[in-house]
Amino acid sequence: MSGYSTNSIDSTVARLRQRVQETEAALASLKRDLANAETQAREAHDLSQAYQGGMPLGWQEDVFAALSHTLSNESTGPEPYQSQTADHGVEEAGEEDEEEEEPGDWKWPLRAEEYRRYGRQLIMPEVGLQGQLRLRNAKVLVVGAGGLGCPAAAYLAGAGVGTLGLVDGDTVEISNLHRQVAHSSQRVGMKKVDSAVEYLRGLNPNVNYRCYREHLVPQQALEVFSAYDLVLDCTDHPTSRYLISDACVLAGKPLVSASALRTEGQLIVLNNPPRRPGDTDGGPCYRCVFPKPPPAESVVSCGEGGILGPVVGAMGVLQALEAIKLIARGDHLSTVSDDTPMADSTDGEVPSPKAPTASPPTMLLFSAYSSPQFRSIRMRSRRPNCAACSAQATITPESLTSGSLDYVAFCGVTNPVTLLGQEERITPSDFANLALASPDAVLIDVRDTTQFELCNLPGSINIPWSKFPDVVKQEAVPLGKDVFVVCKLGNDSQMAVKVLQEAGSTGRVRDIKGGFRAWKAEVDPSWPEY
Amino acid sequence: MADNIDIKVEFTGGLEMLFSDKRNHKISLPAVDSDGQPANVAFLIKYLCENVMKSQKKDLFVLDGSVRPGILVLINDADWELEGEDQYELQAGDNVVFVSTLHGG
Repeated sequence: MSGYSTNSIDSTVARLRQRVQETEAALASLKRDLANAETQAREAHDLSQAYQGGMPLGWQEDVFAALSHTLSNESTGPEPYQSQTADHGVEEAGEEDEEEEEPGDWKWPLRAEEYRRYGRQLIMPEVGLQGQLRLRNAKVLVVGAGGLGCPAAAYLAGAGVGTLGLVDGDTVEISNLHRQVAHSSQRVGMKKVDSAVEYLRGLNPNVNYRCYREHLVPQQALEVFSAYDLVLDCTDHPTSRYLISDACVLAGKPLVSASALRTEGQLIVLNNPPRRPGDTDGGPCYRCVFPKPPPAESVVSCGEGGILGPVVGAMGVLQALEAIKLIARGDHLSTVSDDTPMADSTDGEVPSPKAPTASPPTMLLFSAYSSPQFRSIRMRSRRPNCAACSAQATITPESLTSGSLDYVAFCGVTNPVTLLGQEERITPSDFANLALASPDAVLIDVRDTTQFELCNLPGSINIPWSKFPDVVKQEAVPLGKDVFVVCKLGNDSQMAVKVLQEAGSTGRVRDIKGGFRAWKAEVDPSWPEY
Repeated sequence: MADNIDIKVEFTGGLEMLFSDKRNHKISLPAVDSDGQPANVAFLIKYLCENVMKSQKKDLFVLDGSVRPGILVLINDADWELEGEDQYELQAGDNVVFVSTLHGG
């Protein structure tokens, strides 16, 4: 049967050939798709592996916990409006939202508020996390809540010192306010310590403040100091400066000491490191630098000599700075742990590492009207025969605490000047009556020119006491007339009367008893008090 | 030996009031004292009292033959106790500062 048609066979072949071609093309496409899919699958797998290996499991858990926390907050949390303000970071510009609380599973070493409050110092390598933790654990005592103590305490509180003690027995006076920046006009009459803490709480409520509303006394100094890591001497008299230094030596605390008068200030870190008496590695104490107190009549207070607010303020700020440096470095810790008896280490062990020896002691001198304003001077180390910190020390915890050390007697007291007899003196009220009757009498005011300009009696002649002897020598004072001499308190005026007498005055020379302070009390209440 | 040593002397912490309210003084000090010894800080203090000080209140500067307690003496920015105290022999160009301790606060 050759009935097969070659035509139909040929067409069958052609059709099959075409189907094979089409199928092969589809297969190739499928293979490409497969290859692509396999590559993607491998990449995905690798990435997944990488994440599994690169991220601690705990991190993932944190993320999930945080996510679920957010979710649960959204469902049960406070007003949506509040969460919105927080989301927009409103508190960044203003003060923190006090109610901002960490979730119960907060696991960071500082509280959320601390990260934000101290953030600007936390990112400094000089502070960092460890420094901030040391500040938080530190207890600092500020003795004196005046021109030094106010700024010092403010910066310490601001920096997040954990416990801040303040010692002062004084009350706030209006003449304090130009420099004692923690007090206020509303708080005149309040104890300085309470006034300062009110200010400090507003600045940083997270600090534990302790108030000592009396002046420091020897009997309690050791007990008080032993509860702190570091002491700031912000007082204003040699008696307290020797007492504080002695107590710091005996309690083993570093001491940041500063002082200021008129346009100048001084700053020194003492007893740092605070080794026991006799250990020459310890830093010098106040007695090493000043073994003998200055004569009482050479001690000038801010009330007598004057003080520029920013001068004493700068010194107080620098005290806070030295304290922060010391604490953030952990100096106070290494010396405390070093308290083990060193002399007994005979067991051949490597001695415990001592605190890094502090840099050689220096004193910083500040003089606002000199150039340069700051000068750092090298100071001596511990004095081998120091009464407080040497091996020959005579000041002991017992002698201090028993009250047998009389710091007031040690530093001496200024007795009121009584150079003149009664007949050489006149009370302000008698002078007021007499002056009306004897217009020829000369009134000499021996206050300095600056004070004379503030207020003076009409017709009075100003010859400042500092120049008085020279002026008398030049015969510029009438020696034949009756003369009255007046000053602020009635001390310089007596000396001026003596000078006139010795120069051979033939008139009657008298001083006005008690000076302008008495004048105000007895005669003219409108006389300005300054 | 030169006849005089030129040094700078400075008074601060209130001591300038004893020296005509002037802080910085250029002092040309005899190179040797009356005994022919090289000029030291002890000689300088005596010289300042006799030649530079205007105030009558000498005991606010010297007491018992040396500077009174409460005054630091700095020789070229170091406490004089590091330099031999009043026996330090002065060199031309030295900077000597007398600073009274402050107590205010």
